[in-house]
Amino acid sequence: MIRRLVARPTGVFAVVVLGLLVVLAVVSLFWTPQDPFRTDPFHQWESPSPAHWFGTDASGRDIASYLLAGTRTTVLVAVGSGAIASVVGIVLTAIGSLTARWVREGTAVLLDILVAFPTLLTAMLLTAIAGGSLGVVIVSVGLSFGVTIARVARGEIRRIARSDYVTAARASGVGGFGVLFRHLVPNAAPLFTVQLSLAMATAVLAEAGLSYLGYGAGSNTASWGSLLSDLQTYIGVHPWSATWPGAAIALVVAALSLLGDAVRDATDPRLTTNDRAAGVDPSRARRDTPDGTTTGVTA
Amino acid sequence: MTRFLVGRLLLLVVGLLVSSIIIFATLRVLPGDVAQIVAGTQASPAQVDQLRQQLGLDRPVVVQYLDWIGGVFRGDLGRSLVTDGPVAPEIAQKLGVTLPLAGMSLVAALVIGVPLGVLAAVLRRRAGGAVIAFVAQAVAAVPIVWAGMLLVALFAVTLHWLPTQGFPLDGWDEPGRAFASLVLPALTIGAVEGAVILRFTRSATLGVLDADHVRTAAAIGLTRTQALLRHGLPSVALTVLAVLGVQIAGLLVGAVVVEQLFSLPGVGRMLVTDVGRRDITKVQSELLVLTGLVLLVGFAVDVVHRTLDPRQREVSE
Amino acid sequence: MTAAADPTDPTDGTDRTAATDRTATTDPTDGTDRTAATGLEVRGLTVRIDRRTILDDVTFTVPPGRRVGVIGASGSGKSMTSLALMGLEPTGAEVTGSIRLDGTELVGLPDRQRARHRGSGIAMVFQEPGTALDPLRRVGAQIAEPLRLHRGLDRRAAGAAALELAGSVGLPDPESLLRQYPHQLSGGQRQRICIAMAMAGTPSYLVADEPTTALDVTTEARILELFEGLTAGMVFVTHDLAVLARIADTAVVLDAGRVVEQGSVAQLLAAPQHPATAALVDAARATARRTGGAA
Repeated sequence: MIRRLVARPTGVFAVVVLGLLVVLAVVSLFWTPQDPFRTDPFHQWESPSPAHWFGTDASGRDIASYLLAGTRTTVLVAVGSGAIASVVGIVLTAIGSLTARWVREGTAVLLDILVAFPTLLTAMLLTAIAGGSLGVVIVSVGLSFGVTIARVARGEIRRIARSDYVTAARASGVGGFGVLFRHLVPNAAPLFTVQLSLAMATAVLAEAGLSYLGYGAGSNTASWGSLLSDLQTYIGVHPWSATWPGAAIALVVAALSLLGDAVRDATDPRLTTNDRAAGVDPSRARRDTPDGTTTGVTA
Repeated sequence: MTRFLVGRLLLLVVGLLVSSIIIFATLRVLPGDVAQIVAGTQASPAQVDQLRQQLGLDRPVVVQYLDWIGGVFRGDLGRSLVTDGPVAPEIAQKLGVTLPLAGMSLVAALVIGVPLGVLAAVLRRRAGGAVIAFVAQAVAAVPIVWAGMLLVALFAVTLHWLPTQGFPLDGWDEPGRAFASLVLPALTIGAVEGAVILRFTRSATLGVLDADHVRTAAAIGLTRTQALLRHGLPSVALTVLAVLGVQIAGLLVGAVVVEQLFSLPGVGRMLVTDVGRRDITKVQSELLVLTGLVLLVGFAVDVVHRTLDPRQREVSE
Repeated sequence: MTAAADPTDPTDGTDRTAATDRTATTDPTDGTDRTAATGLEVRGLTVRIDRRTILDDVTFTVPPGRRVGVIGASGSGKSMTSLALMGLEPTGAEVTGSIRLDGTELVGLPDRQRARHRGSGIAMVFQEPGTALDPLRRVGAQIAEPLRLHRGLDRRAAGAAALELAGSVGLPDPESLLRQYPHQLSGGQRQRICIAMAMAGTPSYLVADEPTTALDVTTEARILELFEGLTAGMVFVTHDLAVLARIADTAVVLDAGRVVEQGSVAQLLAAPQHPATAALVDAARATARRTGGAA
């Protein structure tokens, strides 16, 4: 599958950017060009130079170093949210499928209600009691997408359970559950990956938004969102200064979304172009499962 | 149809109640001692106790909840813990900014997203289609804060066409100025949301391009483009409508950030301030109102979608 | 069916145009001047997609009013042939060769001009009536659309004509049926609607791509009767030899995009020359044996 991913230019872009992000995050643990937090009142708003590759900000901090240090935060937010979303999603899916009827029905209704609950509102809810922090961002996004994943998974499970080959297997005596699982995993994996990459993309955006609102990482953690937020105050004087953190965030978010798209395209059971050319219609079964191509805007 | 409406309405009410319980539980029960939080770390135990009594926080949790919910049904959204002012009128007033903002953003997002999405699909084999898709992808990935900053940098700081921030004190009594101050904020949300809608519309249109019924329409004598426009787009519109509910949730949420960015006196900005001040009673009512709006919009979209799709209606023949 | 020596001779003695059937009134072109009709001539039709060849040098002719079957295994290019005839091949497909509709060359025409022949010169009925119809429109309006397009009728006249057309394809109670949506009709009814839509422009030629494959046996028989009553020249794609034998005099056998054999149906069934044809015949016989000769 990796090969099919990188066959398309968007897949390559996504893999390269994300790979670079991880590498830089690791590198930043050991080295940055300068101390990202060192303020220098004599060197504010400098243009890019050999000493400061991306210049300096309002406090004289080296933007390049700060961005580099911020990669850690970005990775942490993305991975953390993804992990929580996965756990929550799997747990909710299990509850929604393996328990008594009334629990299942109740969960279904609950999920339908919760899925509309915007991530940012969850974040604010948690911030109100726990104060702003990266942890809040990660947990909020994780919970929100965990619910979405559970819902998508339930839809997929029901679709497969109703499909012909499972019914046939059941009719011929093979354990229905075993068949379900065996068919579920290959089908669910790409859907899961797509939702996961969307969750991570949303998490990075949410961190930017929440940092701006003052609820994100504290001042001793370097985060792209915080830098963006700091530079916003100077928009009257240096309107284009936020380009570096803004573009960095956009780049990573785009890469994550594209990764999701690429995974979905690479594993789509729809037929190849040639088959489609012969007039055979693409798998109709896929048409009614919404897989959410949208990155919910949270910040 | 009526059965569906009743059922869906019931779901809406249940949704609201469940949300209210979640909000209440999270704000009142989890943090432990609310009175302590409000009184602050400097207060003496006696002062905290007095505050607790004053705010009715010594009563059983369920009673507090019922008290609040009962008030909501009567239109009383409680009183601020900080100013003791009534919450409901303030929210009503601030909605006068947030709702128009949301409306304008939605219009902007649809105007940007839908036509370009269709175009991107139709031009899929040419450079134009790829360019549109690429730009949409890039814009959808931009954090709203930065998008707003870019628009302000261009239209306000550089060109001086529109105000950088603020909303006229007289509010809508001065419709021209009020509208002008909402343009950039609405465009900020509209552009980013529009990009998301564009991607979705494009994907839906691509799906419809190969649809059998579009092919039939071409078979009877329409050109392929005519077939797509006349028979494909209605299906696309339905699909977009189905997703719109979720997108609107995103819109309302984007409004929170944008109101902060442009200093607009809306519900979102008030929410941010109150969270900062730990004004729990205000926050819980504000969150309920916002959640209620989201659920209401979802309900409306579901109903409209159901009405327009003949496959889901009960047609009595 | 008598074995015709020359498939392109319209007067081979088997008079197909006089099929006595109430559905013969579907085609109002009886008596219309057909002197310009030279047939649907396909020469060297080749279709390539992304460097893969789907159809390779396909050649056959459909004389006016005659029915030619197209048979072959899955993936042999049957569907692509029918789509190419209509100019509905997938975007990006490279079509070379010649398709002449009563003398007019169709290959290479831009879609705008090609569309002018669709519906009026050559029309099509598809395999899946369930998805071929617009789910969001009433079926009456869907029949009316080609009527307005080709006969220039206004809304009311088109509505009346649609009722008449619906009746002639055997739809019961057209008044109320035409107000329904596709999902409310049965498969057979939907296919009749599709046939009505195809015939609305009184095309000289009809391409049918496995029109009965998705239907049950009883319905299939009735729909085939309907086809038999049409006077348009036909390209009938099928994988079912029994259907082929019933509908067409002559047939073209496709294998991997190439025409490997063609001739009278009787001959193909009795003495297939090419292994692909033989395989189809054998498979059909095996099925017939299994189902007790009911096929």
